[in-house]
Parts: sequence; C-alpha cells; structure tokens
Amino acid sequence: MSIFDYFKRKPTKATAAIAKERLHIVMAHEHRVANGPDYLPALRRELMEVITKYVQIQREDIKVNLERHGDCEILELNIALPEEGKETKEKIAAR
Amino acid sequence: MSKVIVVTSGKGGVGKTTTSASFAAGLANRGHRTVVIDFDIGLRNLDLVMGCERRVVYDFVNVINDEATLKQALIRDKSDNNLHILPASQTRDKDAFTEEKVGKVIDELREDFDYIVCDSPAGIEKGALMALFYADEALIVTNPEISSVRDSDRILGMLSAKSQRAIQGEEPIKEHLVVTRYSPNRAESGEMLSLDDIQELLGIDLIGVIPESEAVLQASNSGVPVIRDEQSKSGQAYQDMVARFLGEDIPMRFLEAEKKGFLKRFFGA
Ligand SMILES: Nc1ncnc2c1ncn2[C@@H]1O[C@H](COP(=O)(O)OP(=O)(O)OP(=O)(O)O)[C@@H](O)[C@H]1O
Ligand SMILES: [Mg+2]
Repeated sequence: MSIFDYFKRKPTKATAAIAKERLHIVMAHEHRVANGPDYLPALRRELMEVITKYVQIQREDIKVNLERHGDCEILELNIALPEEGKETKEKIAAR
Repeated sequence: MSKVIVVTSGKGGVGKTTTSASFAAGLANRGHRTVVIDFDIGLRNLDLVMGCERRVVYDFVNVINDEATLKQALIRDKSDNNLHILPASQTRDKDAFTEEKVGKVIDELREDFDYIVCDSPAGIEKGALMALFYADEALIVTNPEISSVRDSDRILGMLSAKSQRAIQGEEPIKEHLVVTRYSPNRAESGEMLSLDDIQELLGIDLIGVIPESEAVLQASNSGVPVIRDEQSKSGQAYQDMVARFLGEDIPMRFLEAEKKGFLKRFFGA
C-alpha cells in the first residue's frame, strides 16, 4: 500500500508511513557516518585550511565521501570553487 | 553465572526507569537474586518508583568513592527479599564514574546476585556509557515515535562499539526491543509507528510490548513497580516480558485495537 492510500483513508492522521520513510533515510545516513573511518572529519578540516590559503570556500563546498565497492574503498573529494562555479574533482582510490 | 542487563534508550522519558523497576521486581519474584542500580547521577528517581526513597542512606557514588560499603548502600525491597536497590546520588559528581571503579562495584555485585539491572540515564554521555559498558544483555526501551526510534538506533551503535564486549572483541551484547507506551488504536489508524515498522527499522527482536496505561502513573504514585499490579495490562505485559527473558515462549498480548462502538466512533474518543 502506498503513502497515498493511507492519505485517502484518513486524510490528516496517517503519518506513520512518512515517519518510517524519513527514519529509513536518516538512519542509513547515520550508519554510514558511524561506520566511516575516524579521520574523515579531520581530513576535511585540514583540506579546508589548505584550500582557503588560495581560494575562499565555505565548509559545505567540500564534500568528502567514502564508498565501498567490494574489496575496494574509494575516497571521493568534491570541492566546489566559488568563482565561475567551477568544480575540481579528485578521486583517490585507496585499498 | 550472573548477568548484567542495561535498560537504555538514548531518548529521555520513554520508560527506562519504569521498565527497570518492573523487570527487576519480576526477576526477583521468580526467585532470582536481583539488584537494580540507578545510574542517573544527580537525578535519582528509581527510589521513588520502587518506593524506598525514605530508606536511602548511602548511594552508588558513596560506594564508588569508598565512603560506604556496598552492604551499607544496598536497600532491600520492602516486600521481596530477593530484590535490592542501589540508588543514585543526588549531587552531580560527573567525574565519579570511571570504568575501573564501576567495574569493581559490578564485580562485587556479581558475587551475590544472579541479575544486575542497570537503569541508564538518558543521552549518550558518560552516565549512559557507564551504564552499558559492562552489559551482557540490553533492553532497548523505545516509544512508537520518530525521535525515540532514531535515538534507540544510536544507542544500538554504542552497544556495538563502546561496550566492554565490543572493545575486547567478545560475543556481542544480546539486544532486546521493548516497546513502551504503545497504543494499538493509534498504530492501527496509521498515526503511530507500528511494531513491524519499529522492528524493521531497528533490526532487533521484540521481547515485550507495554501498552500505554493509567496504571503506570498510579503505580509510581504509590511506589510499587507496576508489574505487581496484576490487574493492569501493563503489569501483565511486564510479567510476559520477564517470562520471555527467562526463555519462556509466550505470545504478545494487548496488540489489538479495541473495537470502537458506534457512538464512540461517531463522536470520536
Ligand atoms: N506504559 C506506560 N503508560 C503510561 N505512562 C507511562 C508508561 N511508561 C512510562 N510512563 C510514564 O512516562 C514517564 C517517564 O517514565 P520513566 O521515568 O520510566 O522514563 P525514563 O526513560 O526513565 O525517563 P528518564 O530518561 O528521565 O530517566 C513517567 O511519568 C511514567 O509514569
Ligand atoms: Mg529514568
């Protein structure tokens, strides 16, 4: 049964399905963060320090992402530079 | 072999202390020597729920600081010789807890008791961490409500990362889900997360469902664990939970919505 069926039955109250959907998403995200290596926040902070020597960027302009593909872990750094909205993409493959 | 069981939730006010009191009283009533420890330093409450607040002389922090012996601090329950309470202190002494000092007290209790029930404070700070550190099993108290489920998930993460069993690479803590303040009517109408939803999200086995009930307030008003109110649904639900914990196979009760009569449905209630 879809969310919409819930709404048809009880227009204002059947919000449990929405709660469940939101929990699925936020908990999956929090598990990824919890299971990620401890150095990610520090790495992000230090990158920020180095880059701001040359260009002005905000914290949220740096995206640090770790993905697992089988045995291989890929660390993806995505840094959005301010000026022409140019993006530098750097992929570092680690073990 | 004695067992240490932490009653924890992350979120505040979901029913940890109510559950600790009834769970411990239920184990004791079935003949097991049981002690229940209040880890909520600075916010002692278990003594009220157990009805022993006027008999508190020494507390957990006194024992930790060697100002009293365990024997002096333990309070025997007024109606069950198998049940003892170790109250929390009322003064905030955050630094009192260290793994080593708490561990010493737990080891001493292991010699005299079959079950050591740890009533955790809310949050994920030091007190909550200490309450779960030595656990062999855990009761995860959860309300059918979005932030409670998320906080339970955080606590599950801590059990599997920060406990002694996790750090020493031993067999993981056995986790049980206790859903409290459950309202079948509201779950059925889709306004409250259902038991299936909660179990699916948290991925642990359900050991008890305690319905929302007036009797819980009345029991804590009179300082008697609600499990001793045999007439009440929540008392019976706690009895079932204790039996399941001890290995009995009992179906869940009080899960069905009450069928509303025509007038009730018409006028709402
Ligand atoms: N099944 C229930 N039905 C109705 N009320 C309940 C139920 N369980 C708990 N309560 C009420 O909810 C309130 C909080 O309960 P309790 O003190 O056990 O929670 P807690 O998790 O220990 O809180 P804290 O995080 O502050 O230590 C109390 O007023 C209690 O009477
Ligand atoms: Mg409490």
